[in-house]
Amino acid sequence: MSGMTEQRARIYWRRNLALILRILAIWFVVSFGFGIVLVDVLNHVQIYGYKLGFWFAQQGSIYVFVALIFYYARRMAALDREFDVDGDEGP
Amino acid sequence: MDLQGLTYLFVGTSFALYVGIAFLSRAGSTRDFYVASSRVHPVANGMATAADWMSAASFISMAGLIAFMGYGGSIFLMGWTGGYVILAMLLAPYLRKYGKFTVPEFIADRFYSNSARMVSVLCLIVCSITYVIGQMKGVGVAFSRFLEVEYEIGLLAGMGVVFVYAVMGGMKGITYTQIAQYCILILAYTIPAVFVSLSLTGNPIPQLGLGASMQGSDTYLLDKLDQIVRDLGFHEYTTDVRLSSLNMFAYTMSLMIGTAGLPHVIIRFFTVPKVRDARSSAGWALVFIAILYTTAPAVAGMARLNLAQTMEPAPGEHLLYEERPQWFRNWEKTGLLRFEDKNADGRIQYNADIQRNEMVKIDNDIMVLANPEIAGLPNWVIALVAAGGLAAALSTAAGLLLALAASVSHDLLKCMISPRITERQELWTSRAAMAAAISLAGYLGLDPPDFAAGTVALAFGLAASSIFPALMMGIFSKRVTQEGAVAGMIAGLSVTLLYVFQHKGIMFSASTSFLGPMPPNWFLGIEPNAFGVIGAMVNFAVAFGVSRFTPPPPDRICNLVEDIRIPVGTIERE
Repeated sequence: MSGMTEQRARIYWRRNLALILRILAIWFVVSFGFGIVLVDVLNHVQIYGYKLGFWFAQQGSIYVFVALIFYYARRMAALDREFDVDGDEGP
Repeated sequence: MDLQGLTYLFVGTSFALYVGIAFLSRAGSTRDFYVASSRVHPVANGMATAADWMSAASFISMAGLIAFMGYGGSIFLMGWTGGYVILAMLLAPYLRKYGKFTVPEFIADRFYSNSARMVSVLCLIVCSITYVIGQMKGVGVAFSRFLEVEYEIGLLAGMGVVFVYAVMGGMKGITYTQIAQYCILILAYTIPAVFVSLSLTGNPIPQLGLGASMQGSDTYLLDKLDQIVRDLGFHEYTTDVRLSSLNMFAYTMSLMIGTAGLPHVIIRFFTVPKVRDARSSAGWALVFIAILYTTAPAVAGMARLNLAQTMEPAPGEHLLYEERPQWFRNWEKTGLLRFEDKNADGRIQYNADIQRNEMVKIDNDIMVLANPEIAGLPNWVIALVAAGGLAAALSTAAGLLLALAASVSHDLLKCMISPRITERQELWTSRAAMAAAISLAGYLGLDPPDFAAGTVALAFGLAASSIFPALMMGIFSKRVTQEGAVAGMIAGLSVTLLYVFQHKGIMFSASTSFLGPMPPNWFLGIEPNAFGVIGAMVNFAVAFGVSRFTPPPPDRICNLVEDIRIPVGTIERE
């Protein structure tokens, strides 16, 4: 019967938070960082017809967002298995 | 077949498809009606969410906005996608674990307060109604433009279709019709983009084509665009900042948290079987959304280039008005394009100088709607665009109407007014509420209040400053109390409303605006639409502050919070 103790639940939550913060850092850097604050600096780099800052703001950040969400989903699925809360008895 | 015949065919077939799907997905219980009995596969749910999210604005207006804002348009691209990362990690899994039917229900239970329920229901209603008016307008306009049917009749036709599949099927019917609508709208958006990209750069993939060089030359498309636009007197396309970096920062952040706080988006994650499906479903939703959103910059840039080059094929050589192309004449008839020969030379002078510019009106929406014609694409593509625009508007409208109906029948009636009604009674009330919501939306769409244009911004502002912070605090803090939450929500939405109204007029009637739309008066140069994030900060501050001075939440609430943080089961406590 999968039930967590308070102790294990606390650890699980802390691991979740740590993962969330790491991902949010990348989320922030790629959109607000590369796309807004550092856009002029990055625009000095040209990849084919794209200035890099412009590219991050209009396309690149979106690709990274997609990757981040799937990364999160996969890591959390693994965490769920580790803590034995991936069972099929959801509400 | 002529264009109109084809359009009727495409639109009619799509409508028949939606109704057919509705029959197959009739709702038999309140669980079916509100959350499709939580049996929607995460990938399917992702696709439905994408259609639900992408409204007439995403389909028609966004590329136009970016075409004229250039780099500044990135606020919409990042703002409307980044919110899904927030949803996936910070909201969806826990709300799914909570497992009830509506957003206000969670807020009411977590903050053990009917006042909290009332405030969030109010926010939900205002958000959803303002948003749905825009969709209804889009439906009426699409009909009148493409099918040459009167606006009112088009509106009624759209309402009729939504009525059938939403009242019959509830969330279940809506989900599966949204999937069909996604398929139609994504084809309608990408096919013209592929053709235009191919003709301009030889590369059929729009995402790559935008960064490629022009067909038969060494000049990169974006460089050419930058140069043309500069020569006309506008800011350079690839570096045109929207007011200031700070404003772009705030605007993007407001849109991101606003997206994450919109009730009709959040409830889409109640329909998947498990918590872990909620996480992956958000990923799939973003994949499907991204297909359109990464195509949009190409549509925008290429349309802007095409437009500028049509007016001025070579530097200094202006197009003779008499020789303007067919698409120009067609769209002039609709009033979305207007020319005034200010110097009476019979030629079109298009530039950034307000005095000398003769293209006095180029509506944003032209960029997507006229794109196929500008690119010389066959009639069936244009008919597809019409069906796609309608699909986008109807799918979002249905999602909004469900959020509204569920709130009225569940949060207001069942939870507050008559808790003892039976399941069957509640189901019929929700159908009735849905019918009423559709009628109200249709009525408002027929006679849109003056403020219809600015209201989607209002919806985002409310979601960002009131709902999002409440949900965040409900999940991530055990200390925020009912008084804190209610005070915070009211503070956040007041501050935001005050700011928006004082610059745009109360309910947007300009004569009552105190400070006027004058940029120098804006707080730190942040425009009203970008203010949601400030409202959110006020909400958090007030909520935490007030919570310090009020009794902490009871133990059962703390236990509730702990239990929603684990994906399965409850915590064993001593």
